[in-house]
Amino acid sequence: MMAFVSRACVLLVACLVLLAAPRGAWAQDAFAEAAAGLAGSFDDKIAAIDKLAALGDPRAVPLLQALSDGNLLVHEGDNKLAIERDKTAYDAVTNQKLGPSDAGYDTARVNNRVRGVLRGALGRLQLASPDRAQRLAAAIDVFKTRSIDNLPIIQGALARESDPEIRAQLQVSLGATQLLSDKPEDRLAGVKALAGSSDPDVRAMLVQERQSPNVDPKVAAALDAAMGAMDSRLAMLNLVQTVFQGLSLGSVLLLAAMGLAITFGVMGVINMAHGEMVMLGAYTTFVTQQVFRAWLPAASEYSLLVSIPAAFVVTGFLGILLERCLIRFLYGRPLETLLMTWGLSMILQQVVRSLFGPTNREVASPSWMTGAVPLGDAVTITLNRVWIIVFGLLVLAIIVLVTRATTFGLHMRAVTQNRKIASTMGIRTAMVDAFTFGLGSGIAGMAGVALSQIDNVSPNLGQSYIIDSFMVVVFGGVGNLWGTLVGAFLLGIVNKFLEPYSGAVLGKIFVLVAIIIFIQRRPRGLFALRGRAVET
Amino acid sequence: MAAATNAARERAPVLLVLMGLALALLVAVPILNTLPEDSPYRLSDFSVVLIGKYLCYAMLALSIDLVWGYCGVLSLGHGAFFALGGYAMGMYLMRSIGTRGVYRDPILPDFMVFLNWKQLPWYWYGFDHFAFAAIMVVVVPGLLALAFGWLAFRSRITGVYFSIITQALTFALLLAFFRNDMGFGGNNGLTDFKDLLGFPLNTGATRRGIYVASLVGLVGTYLVCRRITRSKLGRVLIAIRDAESRVRFLGYSVTAYKLFVFTLSAMLAGIAGALYVPQVGIINPSEFSPANSIEAVIWVAVGGRGALYGAVIGAFAVNGAKTWLTTSVPELWLFVLGGLFIAVTLFLPRGLIGLIGLGGGAPRGLGLDRLLPRLSVPKVPKPRRGDG
Repeated sequence: MMAFVSRACVLLVACLVLLAAPRGAWAQDAFAEAAAGLAGSFDDKIAAIDKLAALGDPRAVPLLQALSDGNLLVHEGDNKLAIERDKTAYDAVTNQKLGPSDAGYDTARVNNRVRGVLRGALGRLQLASPDRAQRLAAAIDVFKTRSIDNLPIIQGALARESDPEIRAQLQVSLGATQLLSDKPEDRLAGVKALAGSSDPDVRAMLVQERQSPNVDPKVAAALDAAMGAMDSRLAMLNLVQTVFQGLSLGSVLLLAAMGLAITFGVMGVINMAHGEMVMLGAYTTFVTQQVFRAWLPAASEYSLLVSIPAAFVVTGFLGILLERCLIRFLYGRPLETLLMTWGLSMILQQVVRSLFGPTNREVASPSWMTGAVPLGDAVTITLNRVWIIVFGLLVLAIIVLVTRATTFGLHMRAVTQNRKIASTMGIRTAMVDAFTFGLGSGIAGMAGVALSQIDNVSPNLGQSYIIDSFMVVVFGGVGNLWGTLVGAFLLGIVNKFLEPYSGAVLGKIFVLVAIIIFIQRRPRGLFALRGRAVET
Repeated sequence: MAAATNAARERAPVLLVLMGLALALLVAVPILNTLPEDSPYRLSDFSVVLIGKYLCYAMLALSIDLVWGYCGVLSLGHGAFFALGGYAMGMYLMRSIGTRGVYRDPILPDFMVFLNWKQLPWYWYGFDHFAFAAIMVVVVPGLLALAFGWLAFRSRITGVYFSIITQALTFALLLAFFRNDMGFGGNNGLTDFKDLLGFPLNTGATRRGIYVASLVGLVGTYLVCRRITRSKLGRVLIAIRDAESRVRFLGYSVTAYKLFVFTLSAMLAGIAGALYVPQVGIINPSEFSPANSIEAVIWVAVGGRGALYGAVIGAFAVNGAKTWLTTSVPELWLFVLGGLFIAVTLFLPRGLIGLIGLGGGAPRGLGLDRLLPRLSVPKVPKPRRGDG
């Protein structure tokens, strides 16, 4: 039916253009008659627009659009209407070329009143358009310029419409329009239709309606119920959003802290250069990307996948090197290890600064990581953050697997529990130390790959995470990966919940103070190790 | 132990002569500054301010040495106490600008007028009196250290845990002071000072005056620290450093001793900050940055912890090197500083004074491994030859 009408219209317009039929032949046409009013006064224009809209002729859309855009011309002599395109005037009814637009034409003027009527009329006309995007835009439009006159048109459009998204928007628009009705039952229906929306504009509309004088008690009750339902749904969505942001921040903290949980928790080494390992991982990602761009441009989408093992190897190897050359001399002297690794971090930062420059480096996100998933009207979830959460959990699973199910993990745990006996049993403890430190550093490097996707890759990237990661490890309980997991997500979520009330900075301060007080109660963190090993 | 003390006593005259010489040099600085412009021995105003700054750094180093070198409490947040003392002094200097500010408001400092504040916040009251500000210089850092130390020491947070938490403390303060609505000038801090006690800050005489005050402050701090460390109290502190649990089992209240020395040290750091601010003419949140605090720790480590003059020597040596390097080869400075951290911890556990055989105050090896009796550190026999 629709297709037939539109095809007929196209045919009609085509005929007009091809035949260039004399104007007189169409003078009786209701459309041309109504359109002529657009050349008159503002009142004439409004009357003409209403008539055109009531006719439902698709030819009216470009005409009214031209009026709205200021492209409708009126000939000074005979008041003939023309539409201006590329400085050329075309006849408004026949679409015939009339010559240059600056030859004796005036722009048809509109005022705010006309503009309001015009917008509604356009919306109504476009609701019948064959173009899906135009119909959707129109459905939104009739919501914005509410008018009770639109009611039958929206109802008609809703009856015809089959696209679910446009239908949903039309329902909202219908409800919003019904609110304007005099009849309480219409308004009641409107409120019910709107209760399903979570658009803040709709909520504002309902609030306004509720506050208006002499509201029908039934309608008032329905309004209250609708607002209640909407508020709880919005709160729910906000909660989901906040929890997601918290999980996202938590996964970043988890990635940064996992390596620390190994070097600090398992080995007792305070590695202040841990943040720099993260930073080096991010720079490895950058270098891998540049290498792919230079030699394998076709596969550069997947350079990120390659950079994960690359970062692990680079930072892990560096970790082993540092352990062998420096850190092993300071075992059992944690305060001095702390100072020395701080010095290391300064040197590493300065090296990177002189190699890559002090400015941020750009690491592109591959297309399969970009984009967002909308969740209701108000909430979107970005894909790269979802990937980072998944990645963080994956890395945690791998570490748990390595410590629980491999020979190296067994040796690592044995050395942690009792170095002397482990050594007596033939475990090469020095090797285990080196590889444990390498593992911790390598994980930091992988964290750097993830961070390169959401943060600036600069020499001080690691600095911003080091204190937070230490807090996670201390909070979760040293030497306990589950503690690190729970600590990271808890801190992330608490941070994000505090943010709306206190701002990001104050939220962070609250969290720091809370941890300091928390440690009062449980000096060994959330999940304290028990037994004699603690007291050594 | 007794042998070490005897050895120190035998070296005492040498030490006294050296210290007297150093003091004489420091006293000479403002005198040389008063010489006529064309004299070859004249020290520039710049040098007076520079050495004055070093004096303040040395005071900060002393305060760190008192808690770290003698009591084994490594605070990575002493810069916070220094900065708080500095802010207290800065607030006085801000109030004494009066109507000479850009906006000519008799009461509100410029930045408050700029932020469209109508009233002075309550915590700025009283800072128009020097005496009040001077009290606040010690009271504010002291109270913070008292509260923080009480919380930490009571639950026996020791070693690296304490270090990390103090670092978090100064980091939290850094973030807080960056906020404009804290009422401390936000990012820009407090600056554009005009005069101190009515003396204009930009004259040579005032600079010399502040220099002398700093020198007196340093000598005073040194004498206070010396008095404490030589007393019976000092012996208990060293005992806590070397074997905390044993001291506790002997019936001493370790918490009270630590709390006392930590609070005192914070107050000394506050005074150092207060003397520092009128010399540099600005105090801003970057003074709270954890890097500053840890850099101050390295002065002590380089000089030699556990000996008071070691801290002073370290502060002068490292900052002298910093001034020289950052002007001649700026890109090298961070390498040198980082290298210092590594070299000192690995090769010079007793610092420069250990190198020249003066480290009588510090017991050999310092027993740092014993400072962390409660951390789950794998106990490793220190020379790990033949391991595995």
